Amino acid sequence: MTMSMTKLLKEGPKVVNIGVEQFYADLKTQKAEAVSMDWKPSAAGGDLLARLKKLRKGGN
Amino acid sequence: MIDIEKANGEALSRLLSAQPLVVGMGKAKETVPGMKDRMLLHAGPPLTWETASGPIRGGVMAACMYEGWAHTPEEAEKLAASGAITFDPCHHHHAVGPMAGIVSPSMPVFVLENRTAGNTSYVTMNEGLGKVLRMGAFAPEVIERLRWMEKVLYPVLDAGIRLSVERGQELDVKNMIAQALHMGDELHNRNKAGTSLFLRAIAPFLVETCRNAADLAEVIRFIDKNDHFFLNLAMAAGKASTEAAHGVEGSSLVTIMARNGTEFGIKVSGLGDDWFTCQAALPDVLLFPGFTREDTNRDIGDSAIMETYGVGGFALAAAPAIVQFIGGTPKDAANYTLEMYEITGGENNMFTIPALNFRGTPTGIDILKVAETGVTPVLDTGAAHREPGKGQVGAGIVRMPAEAFLKAAGAFADRYLGE
Repeated sequence: MTMSMTKLLKEGPKVVNIGVEQFYADLKTQKAEAVSMDWKPSAAGGDLLARLKKLRKGGN
Repeated sequence: MIDIEKANGEALSRLLSAQPLVVGMGKAKETVPGMKDRMLLHAGPPLTWETASGPIRGGVMAACMYEGWAHTPEEAEKLAASGAITFDPCHHHHAVGPMAGIVSPSMPVFVLENRTAGNTSYVTMNEGLGKVLRMGAFAPEVIERLRWMEKVLYPVLDAGIRLSVERGQELDVKNMIAQALHMGDELHNRNKAGTSLFLRAIAPFLVETCRNAADLAEVIRFIDKNDHFFLNLAMAAGKASTEAAHGVEGSSLVTIMARNGTEFGIKVSGLGDDWFTCQAALPDVLLFPGFTREDTNRDIGDSAIMETYGVGGFALAAAPAIVQFIGGTPKDAANYTLEMYEITGGENNMFTIPALNFRGTPTGIDILKVAETGVTPVLDTGAAHREPGKGQVGAGIVRMPAEAFLKAAGAFADRYLGE
């Protein structure tokens, strides 16, 4: 979905902030419409995550 | 095929069913298993004098002077560097030590027994805040206080504890922790209620056994003035409980988290005796007047056993007043607790939080959940000066680094996937 530039400039941005809360706090300070979602990337990298998933499924 | 859920259920059940009681006291050399002459126990994973942080070095120097092995800080430093002293983690001896965690042969220790599984744990008596050995200080007053603790505090408490045991009324530390959580403690950086409960419980036994009123008054005043006195007992309760949960095949629950001021290390129930380590975090703490962030040493102490046990940083929602000491707001404190439910195996059946509608504290850190979510355990901790001899600089919140958990998760996959 895209938003026309005119509409964006006229109505202002509506922001969904994912992760670092400071960005959300800054937007709120500027009275921008925003919601924040608490999210962090998993600590494990792709390979480890895949192996842990396999473990969760019951291993070998 | 392993059943991780079942294994974690078993480990958590062992942790939750532990019943740690105070069953005695003794000098470390005669009481702590494996303790030897010219041996010093320390907090965290294994270290050498060369890799030891400032507060560990300061604590070692203080212990050398306390034992009479050296008479000046210079002599103590030389002796410690000479290789004549054996360093070993407290955790290798069923013991725990706050901050530097130094235990020397002459130091008196409490003995706790987990009545459910029969295992025991050991811990020294808490010295108080500020310029103390566990913060790496070694000034004359530090050594003098340690000697008073050995000559006066120890015999008075020992006699009282003996009487409580003779009568079958052993002090129930777990019960005190549960009560203290309802009185505003989180049992890591706030032990005001726990200390009061301990003093109330032991006082009648002290009055019945102590024949010297001046000594008794001095002992009661010392405990009363030290809001952290109960911390050591709570740590030993945590150790006796988490150790009982160790060794469950297939369990990914953490049974030890500990820091030595240089490295952070964990042990996992289903991964045998291996330590998984990485560089310790640098705590961002509320500093005492006169200190700067540059003065702060890396995270240190076995007191992370409190979070491993399901309290401390994990029970911050129970302790709104703690924010005056560690910074933040009561809402932040509650949020830390709520976040920890994401990485734990269950909820505590005895430790509950009034502000969360008496929900059980998040208990049993799961390395797999830490690796999968990226959420790392939060501790509220004391912080020591990075140079030996300076003592405490502040207290605050610190996150445990993910790296040790990722290493453990990798080892867990290696072992249980059989690849």
